[in-house]
Amino acid sequence: MSRRLSLAAASLLAIFALPSTAHAMHISEGILPTQWWVLWYAVAIPFVAWGLRDLRVKSAREPFFKPMVGLIGAAVFVVSCMPIPMPSGTCSHPCGTGMAAIFIGPALTVVVSSVALLLQALFLSHGGLTTLGANIVSMGVAGALVGWSVFRLTRRMGLPPWGAAFLAGMLSDWATYATTSFELATALHGTGSLLHLFTAISVSFLPTQLPLGIAEGIVAAGVYTFIATRRPSLLHCLGVEPSPPACVCEEKPGSRP
Amino acid sequence: MKNMIVIMSLVVVLAAGLTFQLSRHPHKWQGVDESVVEKFAAASGHPARPPFINTDQGDLLLFFFLVAGAAGGFVAGYCFRDLFPPNKTD
Repeated sequence: MSRRLSLAAASLLAIFALPSTAHAMHISEGILPTQWWVLWYAVAIPFVAWGLRDLRVKSAREPFFKPMVGLIGAAVFVVSCMPIPMPSGTCSHPCGTGMAAIFIGPALTVVVSSVALLLQALFLSHGGLTTLGANIVSMGVAGALVGWSVFRLTRRMGLPPWGAAFLAGMLSDWATYATTSFELATALHGTGSLLHLFTAISVSFLPTQLPLGIAEGIVAAGVYTFIATRRPSLLHCLGVEPSPPACVCEEKPGSRP
Repeated sequence: MKNMIVIMSLVVVLAAGLTFQLSRHPHKWQGVDESVVEKFAAASGHPARPPFINTDQGDLLLFFFLVAGAAGGFVAGYCFRDLFPPNKTD
């Protein structure tokens, strides 16, 4: 009964969030002047290179790492395409980068975000090719670094894993939008005050992003709890939690039935 | 039968809630890129321009979003079964 109810609830949620035109935090084509989009590309490229190196090293070490990156990458792509209506009467999409950074680390989160953003810019009229660097920095770099740092820090402070995952998911979402506000303010303030424009843009994001960030935290905590219950060895092998003495990191991914 | 009644009740409640919300907020539900990003950009004299590959034409964008959702869901499901095979827990 409960399983069927869960299935029904999930179906309703899926219908409610059926893909449609996703308009959210991505900076659209043409908004950033040339010197600014070139600068954000220059900031983003080293992080992408770091992530690609990380992927090569970790994939050679752990057999299940590629499926994990595939799963997380697909999740980031899908959730960042999904506009969610908020009580403020606007729509926005979650980013998923806080959750991704907990499991695959910040460097690889930049890579999966870059792929997701590139596909959206090419085929979904969402974001833009000239603004891709700026969008990678806000969603990939800022979201991932804040999510990963918050999770690690709060775990060291003794917070339970689900609490740390919640904070990481929530704060990474807010960090993404704060970075977008900064990118816009720096490029658009002209002769006006940078701080004034940054504050104005951030405040405009608040009614939508405040509840969405909380929702993203809840999802991150839920995903963490699911993995910790279903296959805790994955968390040890990924380095998310300290390894117990008998860690089965050499185990191959499950064979298909 | 009981399950079907519960599911249908949920659908009716959702539809009623949606109707109420939509009637309260006509012409809203814009994305924050329109209501925030593009608004500030236009005010600063840097309006957004159409993307290089403009798929936002008629139902074309809906098709691409559906393909993207299906492809993303397939990849996620394929990798999920690799990592969490049925009937296997630690």
